Amino acid sequence: MADPQLLSDARALVGRQYGRVYAWDEVNAPMVRQWCEIMGVDNPVYTDPAFALGTRHEGLIAPPGMLQVWTMEGLHANNYPPGSTDENPYEVLKIMEAHGYLSTVAVNSELTFTRPVRMGEKLYYTTRLDSVSDEKATALGTGFFVTLVMSHFAEKASGDEPVGELLFRVFKFRPANAQAPAKVEAAPAKPKRPLPGVSDDTRFFWEGCEKGQLLIQRCTACQTLRHPPAPVCIECHSFDWDTVQASGRAALYSFVVMHYPEVPPFDYPNPIGLIELEEGVRLIAGLVGVDREQLQIGQRLQVEFQTFDDQQTLPMFRPVDA
Amino acid sequence: MTSKNTKRFEDVRPGEALPELAVPVTVTLINGGAIATRDYFPGHHDADAARALGSPHVFMNILTTNGLVQRFVEQWAGPEAVFRSLKIKLGAPNYPGDCMTFSGSVTQLDADTRTVEITLGGKNSMGNHVTGTVAVVLP
Ligand SMILES: [Zn+2]
Repeated sequence: MADPQLLSDARALVGRQYGRVYAWDEVNAPMVRQWCEIMGVDNPVYTDPAFALGTRHEGLIAPPGMLQVWTMEGLHANNYPPGSTDENPYEVLKIMEAHGYLSTVAVNSELTFTRPVRMGEKLYYTTRLDSVSDEKATALGTGFFVTLVMSHFAEKASGDEPVGELLFRVFKFRPANAQAPAKVEAAPAKPKRPLPGVSDDTRFFWEGCEKGQLLIQRCTACQTLRHPPAPVCIECHSFDWDTVQASGRAALYSFVVMHYPEVPPFDYPNPIGLIELEEGVRLIAGLVGVDREQLQIGQRLQVEFQTFDDQQTLPMFRPVDA
Repeated sequence: MTSKNTKRFEDVRPGEALPELAVPVTVTLINGGAIATRDYFPGHHDADAARALGSPHVFMNILTTNGLVQRFVEQWAGPEAVFRSLKIKLGAPNYPGDCMTFSGSVTQLDADTRTVEITLGGKNSMGNHVTGTVAVVLP
């Protein structure tokens, strides 16, 4: 759990406006050409003055994807042009770091454009801390989504004009499984699914999966079925058990659809079901062949087995007609 | 290549798929993209610095991803499509030696403003590097 002081300190900054950050240079053709070259953007409205004159823009415009580029500090960190604010719009992250939330990952970048930016315009932006989420547990770790909005303007003698906005969201977190930076590899290894921890109590289940059997633990004293596997019967406290093979016919008891953050190698959206077997016990498993808009509590399902990464066989459930 | 002709709003069908675009991810693209967007964060141009951060190699910066998303949509829409928004979620990193393939389709049409929304994804060998929506106004 997060320290309540952390959230109240962080939330106290929400709504705060941070001063202007100016562009070093006016919007200019050389930077546009360099950007278009490397991106493979060949639209002449950015680089060919004669073509641009004949368009609705009546002259060269800057690529919309460059909106943030104009106000970047460049080689030297925090080296912003004279007149720029020396406030730090990311100060909220420092509060989180002081509480041990050291990792940062950018999750959303949402550009909206009020109008195209034209050659020769001089831009600046101001920043507002838009929101700090409650503490969230994700596959990456536990932490906070922090959203900033940068409003971009073009300087005009007649009054500065808004040209567009950037909503930028980062996740500031403690990693779920903090590891020393992994061994260095020459090429990116394709990530594999994490393997379950297998104990003497659970080994039968995973070995059953490898044989295409969905095995459920049964108390041999009172015949009560139980899942997840455990050493003792919850009804009669007997330590004696065997297994029965479930039919694989089941109903959807509840479900969740994982959207974000996307963690390799899983596919997203990733639907996960709490599944009630016809034998009466419930288990959690992935859903396949489902349209998430169509998922219905009570929907009939049938088990099937899929092998991942050549090393792990999991029961998955697919909708079937009732 | 961007078509010389801009699509007209009336020519776009709901659900229409955009032509796929495969972008080989190279050291040159990652380095050049970072510098063209004035992003000198070492992880985007210095392989040793990237490894010290726990990455296998340099990785693509967000502003390059934005540029490639723009290109994917613009090559389909044509030179006079006016961008209204470019909204992305970030996923698996882009490392050299990989290939990112964009796919997308038309998910909304607003006749009053002649705005077309495209929902897209750019997938590499690890999964989606980027997913998002782009809105453009067509003549
Ligand atoms: Zn029992």
